[in-house]
Amino acid sequence: MATATEKHVENLDEATVRFCGDSGDGMQLAGTQFTNTSALAGNDVATFPDFPAEIRAPRGTKAGVSGFQIHFSSKDIYTPGDTVDALVAMNPAALITNLDDLRPGGILIVNTDNFDKKGLEQAGYEGNPLEDPELEEKYKVHQMDMTKLTRSAVDGLGLSVKEADRCKNFFAMGLVFWLYDRSLDPTLRFIDAKFGKKPEIAQANVAALKAGYHYGDTVEGWNTQYLVEKAKLPPGRYRNMMGNQALAWGLVTSAKLSHKRLFLGAYPITPASDILHELAKHKHFDVLTFQAEDEIAAVTSTIGAAFAGEMAVTASSGPGIALKGEGLGLAVITELPMIVINVQRGGPSTGLPTKTEQSDLLQAMYGRNGECPMPVIAASSPSDCFDAIQEAWRIAVEYMTPVFFLTDGYIANGSEPWRIPDVSELNKVRVKHPDPMPDSNDEGAPKFMPYARDEKLARPWAVPGTPTLEHRIGGLEKQDGSGNVSYDPANHEHMIHTRAAKIAGIANGIPEQAVDGPDSGDLLVVSWGGPYGACATAVHRAQAKGLKVSHAHLRYLNPFPRNLAELLGRFKKVLVPEINCGQLQMILRAEFLIDAIPYNRVQGKPFAVHELLEKIEECVAS
Amino acid sequence: MPLPVLTPNDFASDQDVRWCPGCGDYSILAQMKKVMPTLGLPREKIVFISGIGCSSRFPYYMNTYGMHSIHGRAPAVATGLKTCRPDLQVWVITGDGDGLSIGGNHLMHAIRRNMDLNIVLFNNRIYGLTKGQYSPTSPAGKKTKSTPMGSIDNPLHPLSIAIGAEATFVARSIDTNIKHLAETLKRAADHRGTAFVEVYQNCNVFNDGAWSYAKDRNTKAETTLELEHGKPLIFGKDRDKGVRLNGLEPEVVALGGGIAEDDLLFHDERSPEPSLAYLLSRMRYEDGFPEPIGVFRAVEKPKYDDMINDQIEEATKMHGIGDLEKLYNAGETWEVE
Ligand SMILES: Cc1ncc(C[n+]2csc(CCOP(=O)(O)OP(=O)(O)O)c2C)c(N)n1
Ligand code: SF4
Repeated sequence: MATATEKHVENLDEATVRFCGDSGDGMQLAGTQFTNTSALAGNDVATFPDFPAEIRAPRGTKAGVSGFQIHFSSKDIYTPGDTVDALVAMNPAALITNLDDLRPGGILIVNTDNFDKKGLEQAGYEGNPLEDPELEEKYKVHQMDMTKLTRSAVDGLGLSVKEADRCKNFFAMGLVFWLYDRSLDPTLRFIDAKFGKKPEIAQANVAALKAGYHYGDTVEGWNTQYLVEKAKLPPGRYRNMMGNQALAWGLVTSAKLSHKRLFLGAYPITPASDILHELAKHKHFDVLTFQAEDEIAAVTSTIGAAFAGEMAVTASSGPGIALKGEGLGLAVITELPMIVINVQRGGPSTGLPTKTEQSDLLQAMYGRNGECPMPVIAASSPSDCFDAIQEAWRIAVEYMTPVFFLTDGYIANGSEPWRIPDVSELNKVRVKHPDPMPDSNDEGAPKFMPYARDEKLARPWAVPGTPTLEHRIGGLEKQDGSGNVSYDPANHEHMIHTRAAKIAGIANGIPEQAVDGPDSGDLLVVSWGGPYGACATAVHRAQAKGLKVSHAHLRYLNPFPRNLAELLGRFKKVLVPEINCGQLQMILRAEFLIDAIPYNRVQGKPFAVHELLEKIEECVAS
Repeated sequence: MPLPVLTPNDFASDQDVRWCPGCGDYSILAQMKKVMPTLGLPREKIVFISGIGCSSRFPYYMNTYGMHSIHGRAPAVATGLKTCRPDLQVWVITGDGDGLSIGGNHLMHAIRRNMDLNIVLFNNRIYGLTKGQYSPTSPAGKKTKSTPMGSIDNPLHPLSIAIGAEATFVARSIDTNIKHLAETLKRAADHRGTAFVEVYQNCNVFNDGAWSYAKDRNTKAETTLELEHGKPLIFGKDRDKGVRLNGLEPEVVALGGGIAEDDLLFHDERSPEPSLAYLLSRMRYEDGFPEPIGVFRAVEKPKYDDMINDQIEEATKMHGIGDLEKLYNAGETWEVE
């Protein structure tokens, strides 16, 4: 069968590939390997892993489909792509749930194993879609029994059938590597590192990978390879970075540069758990990870660590943040610095635990009892987590306040190239702790004032163990200055206003809002968090079409940058795309009395660029 | 430099104490202040963390570091503090409602981790601060504002809970038994690991006399039993009664008439098995037993605060002190010209 055919190479600017299969098929691994290889080859990359909510849904069902999408390019890219150029479907359920995203004319690689009566029924197919002539008309279809091909590739290595079948993701990888002319070396190194202790498994994976690669090279019907050149990224050394990892590294960096121990109090919850996992690996950076008994203990232990004078962090997702609410009030009234990370996911309640959403903004802003202001900062992309979290720590320390840090499932699990910084170019946060008071036994000697305030309205961070600064803090209202419990009505009002003024004053210490595009025009797209990439791409395309559209992406959500009101006023219209029902848009309306236009999708997935572009065009036209 | 000699008064803060006149909390505060100077620690090394409730106002009255946190969460706050700062002596002050109701989960976990904390639970069998609802230690049938027909909950027994959570140190004392209370607090302070102390505390406003059987001059010799390591369980005004084991059950017996001290149960606070301590924690006045006071259990086990910091040391030995450049550049990287 295998005959050498004439092959040719086609150059592309960019491509998007998606691997999908059963959750046990190793699709995340395939995707990650392809991403790393593409990044190492010099492409800009953006990824979108899509996990099923069930750890092990029944095999072959739609509920168990796991996908991983990679967009790689010779240009700057900001999203994992709307439509897919090449789709690898390992079973009927994967095909039925993903085929709609494959662009017409795209490449469809199907593992035909499992396309039997049972497999088709499980996926909800009435007949066999592979026998539908329309499929061949619409896509470049390649069918093969990967299971059988993999078995014969690993034959003689002494593997059980089950073990052999587990290698088929490597076959699929090899094939796609061939298709996009990628080197096998990084994956071979990976196999060696990961399976080195089980040589027969390592050998089998290598054999499957190579078999897939050679299959593309030799089998008839495969005659085009696609080449995506290196991207022109700013010079430097790069690595591929996922959001949660960038966040964890940013935390380690902040702690190290501010000479603090890092304490993380956390309770496992998707998609935040990887922050705990990652930090637990870096104990030699003086990182204390505490897996608490629940989120309430996670946040309160974090308050204890902040009181202790260390860099205190808690990380969770919406339902866990809900539990932390009361503790956050204590953190606000005790005016202790700490970071509260919310990796948002679909809600309400348990909602869509493995899918992305941005619907906890109002929770972060207002989800506590009493007048309880907290600064809110949001990351815009996986690598931005590294910088933004350091900024959160700076604000926490300079203003003596807990800081809310928002990311989402899409940022947390997505990845992109990260330019490795020079440690010397990073911002160091100077932490001040008051020195002991001059020793004096006089009655009238000055006493330590735990709620004395500096020019930023921050109180001193006196740590237990320092002689002469003994003081008591807590949840009851405090007399400003002395910190004594006070029920004085005027003092309470004063403290409410003081805490609010302190947070509002942060605006003086953050950059003015930047705009991508002219600073006036027909439409300003205002975004925050994960939709950054989709909004940037859609706005660039609109600008290329000559539309007077600009983009402002907010990192600071409370307080807003001081020039925001003025900026919004310079555009005829303001569009606010969000993966929620209009939370930022509501705040902008309330704060600035502008008729901001909402654009909302709440489907557990990021925006499609083309839909955003349509909305932008519609706004400009009307 | 020798430490300056401190007195109980040095541990009094400048705040007015605001408990109801006659509240048992005063006595506990007084004994705590008395014990403090005996610990050989400067004031700044001591921290009191509390939850919410009358008892939890405690830290305001101590001239040390302190935090009055939120309802039930003091053990968790203390955990974060002690994990970061093993050099501090950390006390957790809690009530029966605070510790066993809303904070039951944290109490159990702090105890099982064996963090070096001293937890003092003021048990007045009522919610004081919220003005008199029944608490998890109120006896069944207790009539309160929230249970006009009598409580239908079964009570919890703090020491049984603590022992069930593998506490390495458990003790009980009584607010009015000041000498015993001071000694018990001192022993708790000296224990390495979580020390859990239950104090019978009178709330004279909402539950006056809840512990009168154990406090009353005339009855306490018959209703309580002072535990001493290695000694038989003997009680009574004339020390003429004892507790012995009948199979797996304790029973009260009169000494003499064929029953000698050697037939009695001997207290062993250091027993690695918590069964004896648990059995003692189940001896209750209403079942006809004297209620033990003193140290039920005191054993040494690895402490969480040591272990978490040991792991850091070990990791540092393994990988060297964390180096950011190394972290960033490990693994697959590539260069863009
Ligand atoms: C989250 C929360 N729920 C309820 C309360 C109200 N509350 C304050 S103290 C208390 C009970 C305290 O009882 P206990 O621990 O027995 O303390 P006591 O006042 O008797 O010393 C309750 C329910 C609160 N402060 N916070
Ligand atoms: S209400 Fe009871 S526990 Fe509270 S201060 Fe008064 S007497 Fe003490």
